[in-house]
Amino acid sequence: MAEFLWIRGGRIIDPSRGADETADLVIRDGRLTAEAPPTGCPVLDARGLWVLPGLIDLHCHLRDPGQEWKEDIASGTRAAARGGYTAVATMPNTEPAVDTPALVEYQLARAAAVGGSRVLSVGAITVGRQGRELAPMGQLRAAGAVAVSDDGAGVEQAVVMWRALRYAASFGLPVLEHCEDRSLSRGGAMHRGAVSTRLGLPGIPAEAEEVAVARDLVLAEATGAHLHVAHVSTARAVELIRRAKARGVRVTCEVTPHHLTLTDEAVARSRYDPDTKVNPPLRTEEDVAALRAALADGTIDAVATDHAPHGPEEKRCEYEAAAFGISGLETALGVLLTTLVQPGLLAPAALVERLTCGPARVLGHPGGTLAAGAAADVVLVDPRASWRVEPEAFASRGRNTPFKGWNLTGRVVATLVAGKAVWQLG
Amino acid sequence: MKGRDLLDLADLGADELETVLEAAASMEDVLARRIKKVPTLRGRSLVTLFFEPSTRTRISFELAGKYLSADVVGVNAAAASVQKGESLEDTARTLEAMGVDAVVLRHRAAGAAELLARCLEVPVINAGDGMHAHPTQGLLDLYTVRRRKGELRGLKVAIIGDLEHSRVARSDLIGLTRLGAQVWVAGPATLLPPGLEGLGARVAATVEEALREADVVMALRLQRERQQQGLIPGGEEYARCFGLNRQRLALAKPDALFLHPMPLNRGVEVTSEVADGAQAVLFDQVRAGVAVRMAVLYLLLGGGN
Repeated sequence: MAEFLWIRGGRIIDPSRGADETADLVIRDGRLTAEAPPTGCPVLDARGLWVLPGLIDLHCHLRDPGQEWKEDIASGTRAAARGGYTAVATMPNTEPAVDTPALVEYQLARAAAVGGSRVLSVGAITVGRQGRELAPMGQLRAAGAVAVSDDGAGVEQAVVMWRALRYAASFGLPVLEHCEDRSLSRGGAMHRGAVSTRLGLPGIPAEAEEVAVARDLVLAEATGAHLHVAHVSTARAVELIRRAKARGVRVTCEVTPHHLTLTDEAVARSRYDPDTKVNPPLRTEEDVAALRAALADGTIDAVATDHAPHGPEEKRCEYEAAAFGISGLETALGVLLTTLVQPGLLAPAALVERLTCGPARVLGHPGGTLAAGAAADVVLVDPRASWRVEPEAFASRGRNTPFKGWNLTGRVVATLVAGKAVWQLG
Repeated sequence: MKGRDLLDLADLGADELETVLEAAASMEDVLARRIKKVPTLRGRSLVTLFFEPSTRTRISFELAGKYLSADVVGVNAAAASVQKGESLEDTARTLEAMGVDAVVLRHRAAGAAELLARCLEVPVINAGDGMHAHPTQGLLDLYTVRRRKGELRGLKVAIIGDLEHSRVARSDLIGLTRLGAQVWVAGPATLLPPGLEGLGARVAATVEEALREADVVMALRLQRERQQQGLIPGGEEYARCFGLNRQRLALAKPDALFLHPMPLNRGVEVTSEVADGAQAVLFDQVRAGVAVRMAVLYLLLGGGN
C-alpha cells in the first residue's frame, strides 16, 4: 500500500518553479506527486501557513567527530529540523578534519542512523586543513562529499588554492572558501573600526576578507573552476564578486543571517558579550546595507547559517579569549522573516529562493524544490506566529547566540524529510 | 556614586567627573598631613587584583586604600589561580564569598572589568583593561591639568604617540572632551586607530599641527614591541619624527604643561631635557593618582557608613 500525505490549503512558495499560490501538495511514499490524494488519505491542514521546499544550509558546523561537547550529528540535525532545514552541509573542521573517505562515510552513516535532517558532507581542501597537500578529493567525492573547504581558515598560499581549484573542478566539486588573509586578521577579535577603537579590542580589518576574495576571484577566473565564497561580510567583497559575476567568472557566494542584521555596535551594546564574537566579524551599517542589496539583486546566491556551536566555557570568558561563532540553525528563518521580509525589504519568494534552490544550485544538490517527483522535503511555516529566542530551549548544544531574548515573527511549524516529520511544533 | 562600578569614564557625566575631582582635592589635603590616615573606610576591605604587571598603579591604589583605613589585600596574578586556568567569573565569586567590599582589577583583556562587574555585587574599579580604558589615570590627568590651569574648558590638549594601543589616551580623550577641552592627537599613521573622532579627538596631519599653541602636551609611552611587530621602523626614527624634544615643545604655549603616563622611554618618545624640564608635571600626576584613587574609593564605597 502506498503511503500518502495531503498538505491542504497552504501558500506554496516554490521559487524553483516560480510558484507562489494557495494550493495543495500531495506526497506519495516520500516523494511529491501530481496525483490526486486517495480517499481517507491523512491530511495536514496548512491553511494560513507557508509551504516551502525544505531549507538547505550550505554551511554549518556539526562538530562531529571530535568536538561532541559542542554539537554532534544527532543534536545538530535536530536543531536543523527545528529551524526548517531538511539538509545541512557540515564543514570539515572537525577533529580529525574530514580529509579521508572513511570520515565522510562515518558522517553520512551516522546521519542516516539518526534519521533527522539530511547531512551533506564537505571534505577538506588540504590534508588536516593544514594548507599544504591536497586532500584526496576524488575519493572524498566517491564517498559522498558534495564540496571541499578548509573552513575555519582560508587557504593561505595562492599556489595551493590555484591547484585546489583546478583539481576540485576535475571532480565537479565546488570549493567553498573561507576568505581571510591571516596576516591582516591575526589577533583580532572584532571588526576594525570606530567601535573597536572605542572598546579597545584588537580589530579584524575588512581588508583581511577583501584581499583574499580578490585573490581567489583571479584564480577562479583563470582556472574556470567553481569558487564559492563563504560568509561574505563586507561591501567591497560583495562588489568584487558582483563584478566578477558580470565578467562570467564561475563564482557563487553566501551570507549569514547575523551579517545581514547586526553590526559591530552589537559588541558595544551588549558590553563585550562573547556571543557577538564571530568570524568574519559583525561589520558596519554600510556593509549590512550592501549585503542586503546584494541578497536582493541575486549577487548573493544563498543565505547560510555558519552555525558554529560552542560549549559555555568557550564563551563565558574575556571577549578576546572567547571562541568565534554563533549557533544559528534554530533562529535563521525567524530572524530573516522578522528583519527582512516583514518590513518589506525582501520579497518572501526571494528569501525562500536563497534558502532553497539557491544553495541547492551551489552544491548541485537535487533538493530545494516542490516539483512532482522530487523527494518530499517540505517545511511548513506560520508567518504570523511570534516567539522569543530562548537558547536554553535549543535542540543544539550551542546556546551561543546574539539573538537571545529577541522576539521573532515567523516560526517553523513542521519539517518533513522524505515525507516524514522530523520536527513538529508541539 | 555609592555602590557603582568605575569601568570607563564614558559612564560618568561631566557633573560626576567634577564630583570626583573635588573629592580628590580634599584627599590631597590628607596627603599633605604628617599623619596620612583618616578613618573613612575603617572596617572595609579592598582587593587589588593585577593580572598584568604594574608597580605604580598598584602601589597607588593600595596606598589610597590604606590612607583611608581600608584593609587592603594585593593579589599578584603571576602567583594566582588564573595561571591555573581559573575563570575570572570563578575568581570573582571566590572574592565575594570572602566578603570583599570592592575589587580593583588590572587585566590584559579589554572588557575584563565589565565581565567581573557583571559577576560581582560590590564595586569594581578598572585599573586598566587591555587597550580599552584606564579611568583613574584619566581622572588623575584631569586633576593635574585642572589644578595647574584652573579650568579645562577651552584648553588645547595634544596627545602624541601610540594611540592605537593606549588605554590611557582613550580615557583621557573621553574625560578631557567631556569637561570642555579640545584634544588633538598625532602619531605614526600605523599607530592611529580608525574612528578616533568618535571619541572626541581631532586628528592632526602632523605632530607640529597638534602641538601648535597647545596648553597641555602629553606623550604616550612607546612599547618596544611595536618595532618588532613591524608597526614602526624603529626607536631612532620615532624619536626624530614623533618624539617630544625642546624644539617641538616650543611650538606649544610657553606655559604649556608636559604630561606622560610613565614609565618613560627616555630618548624615544621624550628627551630627558623635556621630561626633567620645568614644564613637566610627571610627579604631580603621580601624587594626583593617589588623591584621585582615594576619592574614587570614598565615593564608591560610600564613606564610613
